[in-house]
Amino acid sequence: MEEQLLKQTVDNPNFAIIENYLCIKMPREVDHHGAAAIRENADRLLLNDKVQNIVFDFEDTTFMDSSGIGIIIGRYKKISCFGGKVYAIHVDERIRKILRTSGMASIIDVLS
Amino acid sequence: MNQVKKEIRLEFDAISENEALARVVIAAFLTQLDPTLEELQDVKTAISEAVTNAIIHAYQEKGGRIVMSAALTGDELEVRIEDYGIGIENVQKAMEPLFTTSPETERAGMGFAFMEAFMDKLEVESTVGVGTKICMRKKFYPVRNWKNSQV
Repeated sequence: MEEQLLKQTVDNPNFAIIENYLCIKMPREVDHHGAAAIRENADRLLLNDKVQNIVFDFEDTTFMDSSGIGIIIGRYKKISCFGGKVYAIHVDERIRKILRTSGMASIIDVLS
Repeated sequence: MNQVKKEIRLEFDAISENEALARVVIAAFLTQLDPTLEELQDVKTAISEAVTNAIIHAYQEKGGRIVMSAALTGDELEVRIEDYGIGIENVQKAMEPLFTTSPETERAGMGFAFMEAFMDKLEVESTVGVGTKICMRKKFYPVRNWKNSQV
C-alpha cells in the first residue's frame, strides 16, 4: 500500500501528497485543454485517506480562464464537506483577478 | 488623426489545442497598440472563454469550424467569434452566471460572465441549429499615450 502510494505521487511531479495536503502545481496555462488531466490526477489522489486539504500552486501559471475555476470548485466540493480547506498559493495579480471576479477568493484562502 | 481600420480573420478547427492558438493570435495582433499586461490578459481570457464555449457547447466537443475575426479602429478592438454549431436556445439564460449545460465536466458556468467582466461590451447572437456569433469590444489605453501626455 505504502509503495503504491509513493508510486502515485512520483508518477507525476506536479502532484504530491505532503502530510494531509494534496499539492497541485498548476501548469503555465490553465484552460479547458488541460483541465481534464488535472481533474483526473487530483481526484485519483484525493481517494487517499490522508488528504484533507488541497493546495493549488500557481507559481508557474501565467494564464487562467474559467476552466481553472471549474477545477477549483469541483475539488472544493469534494473536500469541504469533510471540513477540508483549499488554498491558492503564489498567486500574482493576474490570477488574483480571475479568482476575485469568479467569487472564488471568498471561499478559498489566497496567498501571494 | 485618421483612423484606419485594421483587420484579421482566422478560421480554425474547434479543438481544445486551438484555445491557446486563438489567444496567441489576438495577443500578437494587439502588440501594435502597446497594451498594458492587464489589458492583454483580459482580452486573452475573454477570447479563451468564447472559443471554449464554441468547442464544448456549440460543437459538443465533436469538432467543427470556428472563425475569429478582429478589427482595430484607433484604440478600440472588436473581436468576433463565430461558430456553426447547435446554437443557444435562450441566450439570456445562458448568460446568467453559473448557468452551465455541462455540469458533469465541471464547467463553472462563468464563460459569459468573464467575457462581460473583461471586455467593455458583449453581444451574443444565436440561432438554434445555425450557430452563434459573439461580438466583443474593448477600448485600450495604451502605455505610449500616457507617456506622450506627460512630455
